[in-house]
Amino acid sequence: MRELIRELVETYGPSGVEDEIRAVIRAEVEDLADEIRVDPLGSLVARKHGGDGGKRVVLAAHMDEIGIMVSYVDEKGFARFTRIGGVYSLNTVGDRVAFSNGTVGVVGVEQKRANATKIPTLDELYLDVGATSREDCPVAVGDSAVFVRPLDIQGTRLIAKAMDDRIGCAVLIETLRRLESTPHDLYFVFTVQEEVGLFGAGTSAYGIDPDVAIAVDVTGNGDTPESYPMAVALGKGPAVKVMDSGMIAHRAVKDVMVQRAKDAGIPYQLEVLARGTTDAMAMQVVRSGVPSGCLSIPCRYVHTPSEMVDERDVENAVCLMLEVLRADL
Amino acid sequence: MILKELSEAIGVSGQEGPVRAVILDAIRGHVDEVEVDTLGNVLALKRGTGPEPVRAMVAAHMDEIGLMVVGHDSDGFLRVSQVGGIDARLLPGKVLRVGPEGIPGVIGIKPVHLLKGDEYKKVPKLDSLVIDIGAKNKDEARGLAPLGTCATFGTTYREFGPTVSGKAFDDRAGCAVLVELLRGERLPCDLHAVFTVQEEVGLRGARVAAFKIAPDCGCALEGTICDDIPKDKDASPTTEMGGGPAITVMDRSFVADRRLVELLIGTAEDLGIPYQIKRPGIGGTDAGAIHRSRGGVPSVTVAVPCRYIHSPAALLSLDDFDNTVRLMRESLSRLTQRTLRRE
Repeated sequence: MRELIRELVETYGPSGVEDEIRAVIRAEVEDLADEIRVDPLGSLVARKHGGDGGKRVVLAAHMDEIGIMVSYVDEKGFARFTRIGGVYSLNTVGDRVAFSNGTVGVVGVEQKRANATKIPTLDELYLDVGATSREDCPVAVGDSAVFVRPLDIQGTRLIAKAMDDRIGCAVLIETLRRLESTPHDLYFVFTVQEEVGLFGAGTSAYGIDPDVAIAVDVTGNGDTPESYPMAVALGKGPAVKVMDSGMIAHRAVKDVMVQRAKDAGIPYQLEVLARGTTDAMAMQVVRSGVPSGCLSIPCRYVHTPSEMVDERDVENAVCLMLEVLRADL
Repeated sequence: MILKELSEAIGVSGQEGPVRAVILDAIRGHVDEVEVDTLGNVLALKRGTGPEPVRAMVAAHMDEIGLMVVGHDSDGFLRVSQVGGIDARLLPGKVLRVGPEGIPGVIGIKPVHLLKGDEYKKVPKLDSLVIDIGAKNKDEARGLAPLGTCATFGTTYREFGPTVSGKAFDDRAGCAVLVELLRGERLPCDLHAVFTVQEEVGLRGARVAAFKIAPDCGCALEGTICDDIPKDKDASPTTEMGGGPAITVMDRSFVADRRLVELLIGTAEDLGIPYQIKRPGIGGTDAGAIHRSRGGVPSVTVAVPCRYIHSPAALLSLDDFDNTVRLMRESLSRLTQRTLRRE
């Protein structure tokens, strides 16, 4: 699974420009699915037929990642930028970003900014792509870039950019690989534009009209120095979401995940996330309502260039997902 | 010029009737079907000539920001609340038109002669402002402007060279572009022209219109922010007046569909039509509601740059206006099912 994760996290795919990551995922799932399609906003839907009497189930992981978009190029060839999703200046100064054409930029900060003791605002940052003028600048207004970071593996910890939510994509792909039989009609949905407003999941779920929907995404943690209280730690199992700031998980969906984990002896944690939400929020309110839940991978340093997860939690998420799908819902 | 009539019509969000009347009149005889839906959107269809025509929804919002009467003082003044994004700094002393009949009113302000201390430095809050319609007492005020009456700026439309000024160019400029598209020759695609309500208070009209039409792709036409005024450092203007139609790649409401952005840019470059990319990450339009309708609708926004929007008087360039009409017409002429095909 490590090579799959490496390929997924190192691929370029900011919200709205998911073509490359979609092609990578498509190549992985094409031979495993019974049907495959790309829906109008660009989400990839891989369908696996089940037996009779099962439910129509959507499993969603978003393939887009946070990034930056060029908003202006000045006379000397420096670019200004805006955020795509939750990018914060504290995490970006001195970092590198890459564009789809391979151009690399360094994030700099204005030396004479108004209050040098405060965290700079995005307006006080710029991107240096090595240009000397507007004319020779290799990037233009509207071009998108993502952090540059390879996958590092240290013990059981996996560290990379875009764990959010390529690790969810990896869980879905691995689940599809290992899936033997299921009574359910399964839709593995790799959604677009989650980071800018959950746009892919809502529209995909509308098109599928599922009986049940489960998002697989990262969540926060409470096990680092002076972190906010949160009963989620790396390495203690995937987290079954109870509530976050955008949704309350459907009780039955949450309970079935907990029960199957207990029955199979798979470690799990319960998750209440104070800030943040997932594709499940959008899917829950589609059409006349969809019972929805979320299986989370605990992740440190979310929305920084170095997001960290524990490999055992990823493996256990796949095992739990297979248990959930194996029997009636 | 249809823009004059549209600009001067009164149509604060939720009370778009007078603007709707101007539009229905302007497009009569130029469309195959027209209806007014339950929220008040005008849905017009001009069928395409192509085989397998793409069903394109092009939307412009009829509503404008304004004030709503929420109370009457005993001495006949009107208390107000805002509808949409109003900058209260701009209000004191302004001439307004109140109610669908447009009765004149002025936002009361203490004369400069009577200001004490540093009063002149303070920006009054909206809830301290009143509209004076010359009523003598509460009953007269109530009769002339009952609770819920809306008011808008009393600015008239003026032309000076290629530049024009008026109120509500956000989004009567977009409405005027859309009227011009409907009045022109048939396009290969089905043109579902929608004049929407309640954009300024939450993209509400576009949401239900997109659900009803279920289009293949969407486009919002706007009068957008233009801040090409002097700045103290080399930083981005949102758009520049005279720079041509502004194409949105991403704003706070959506990420534009790249294929549609490329269609617009390719068309502009082939035909030598000036265009600009709007500074990403700013504002939001009806496209934000259209793109997430049903199973998803690939969408884009094209706008006429307008200086000083959401103020009593905006400015736009008629060259930008004409180029926006032309870019839209030529791009829609090239829009086929192939444009939207993937892989």
